Amino acid sequence: MSSARTAEAAVEVVDLVKRYGPTVAVNGLTFHAARGAVTAVLGPNGAGKTTTIETCEGFRRPDSGTVRVLGRDPGSDGRELTARVGVMLQAGGIYPGARCAEMLRLMASLAANPLDPADLLDKLGLAPVATTTFRRLSGGQQQRLALAMAIVGRPELVFLDEPTAGLDPQARRATWDLIADLRRDGVTVVLTTHYMEEAERLADAVVIVDAGQVVASGSPYELTSGGAERQLRFRAPSGLDLDRLLSALPVGSIGKESPSGHYVLEGEISPAFLASVTAWCASHGVLADDLKVEQRTLEDVFLELTGRGLRT
Amino acid sequence: MTTTAPGTFTPQPGRAPLTRMITAQAAMELRITLRRGESVLLTLIIPVLMLFGLARVDVIDVPGSRIAFFTPGILALAIMSTAFTGQAIATGFERQYGVLKRLGASPLPRWGLLTAKTAAVVVLEIGQIAVLSVVALLLGWSPRGSFFTVVLLVLLGTTVFSALALLLAGTLRAEATLAAANLIWFVFLVSGGVLFPLSRFSPAVRDLLRWLPLPALADGMRAVLRDGALLPRHDVAVLVVWAAVLVTATASTFRWE
Repeated sequence: MSSARTAEAAVEVVDLVKRYGPTVAVNGLTFHAARGAVTAVLGPNGAGKTTTIETCEGFRRPDSGTVRVLGRDPGSDGRELTARVGVMLQAGGIYPGARCAEMLRLMASLAANPLDPADLLDKLGLAPVATTTFRRLSGGQQQRLALAMAIVGRPELVFLDEPTAGLDPQARRATWDLIADLRRDGVTVVLTTHYMEEAERLADAVVIVDAGQVVASGSPYELTSGGAERQLRFRAPSGLDLDRLLSALPVGSIGKESPSGHYVLEGEISPAFLASVTAWCASHGVLADDLKVEQRTLEDVFLELTGRGLRT
Repeated sequence: MTTTAPGTFTPQPGRAPLTRMITAQAAMELRITLRRGESVLLTLIIPVLMLFGLARVDVIDVPGSRIAFFTPGILALAIMSTAFTGQAIATGFERQYGVLKRLGASPLPRWGLLTAKTAAVVVLEIGQIAVLSVVALLLGWSPRGSFFTVVLLVLLGTTVFSALALLLAGTLRAEATLAAANLIWFVFLVSGGVLFPLSRFSPAVRDLLRWLPLPALADGMRAVLRDGALLPRHDVAVLVVWAAVLVTATASTFRWE
């Protein structure tokens, strides 16, 4: 990473190691989050995402490695950072008996130039439950209140630990819109998620973490366009002569029929490639059905890197 | 979700002035406490009922005026209920629910949070003392002694019991804190010189009890408010020693998560 980019990083984590007893939660993790960007830390459950974020938030001390947040050490300069950094915990953090608006007003009164709490509740669809106590809010409403608490103080940087976990589709979209607005206004966002779609839609940079280490990082485009080429898939009667089809295509193209009647072609998939395939089909009297050109999704990349085994 | 105008979230970080932060936090602590029925029961309703019952019903024999004997002890008990029992249980659950953790990431310094908690306790105590004093006066109480000595005893007692509350809440699980706080409250109710004089105990037990915080506070309050003592030296000394020990222990063991 160039020094120019490092100088602009809002968060720098270098060789972070964190153990809990015999368990190594984070094992030599390095990543940078650029100022003004949305960085998604993506990984399966137990990958070390929350431990990493909580070290950045100053809740945990690294066993080794360094963490810098806005150029400071969150362990020793935590007091200064608390005024500049907004935090959304994965769960809890709110008095069960506190009313929604009351809790947000408390957080606002701790900041020098807070947002208007009533406006923020309105934006997050919480105005109708403003006087409801936290314990009586739905899970999604509790999440949104925690998000509102993270941003009400107009921070430069926010850490959001699984901001949309368990939200219904409408609430998830509302949260995505809000994160996009934060980015538009120059707030640096570092979030954790295990939703590919969320990382793909929101993030400027994605850091894929597994077993306490970074297994890949880059923009969603870089991650999905690297590695395997694009694919062309179609369905047709089984038993097509693939060798003859491939001989009509650019050298290096490969193809397979799997399962029967389902064809996948891989290669430099250009408009001419597509035209060659359909022309060959026309000249052989084959109607290709369900034909589509696909790019790898972040989900493909994620599963490739982290394996398909179920995580506990 | 309505769309927001560009610039709505443009960073403008900064912490509020300390007094505003602590006032807001103390007001929150106070509202949360008053909203819990069981804490109002513990800190106000039970002491008022005890004062009525003990002053009017001749079940426990005490030397001299009943109201003059019981009022100082019940004031001491009320202070322990707020500063110790109520605060220990509330703080234990705040720790379990991650409230202390979350506030630790806010601009409010940790000592500011403790100051706010103490301020909320003191405001509650002023309310308790006012209500209990009015009830006692209506029952014929005529207090003696120095107002300032009473204030000193109340402050020392508050320090001791707050530190003990945070010692339990900061080290035990919330459920264990709940159990321990209620148990200690009950043990002190019976043995603290509130329900009956320490002279009912054997000399050996009495000498031991005189070194514990609630007996010292109750005895000190009685020495001033009933007997007009200027400064109950033994009781003040006991409270000062407990305060020093407990504040030190709490400061070195308290865990925020």
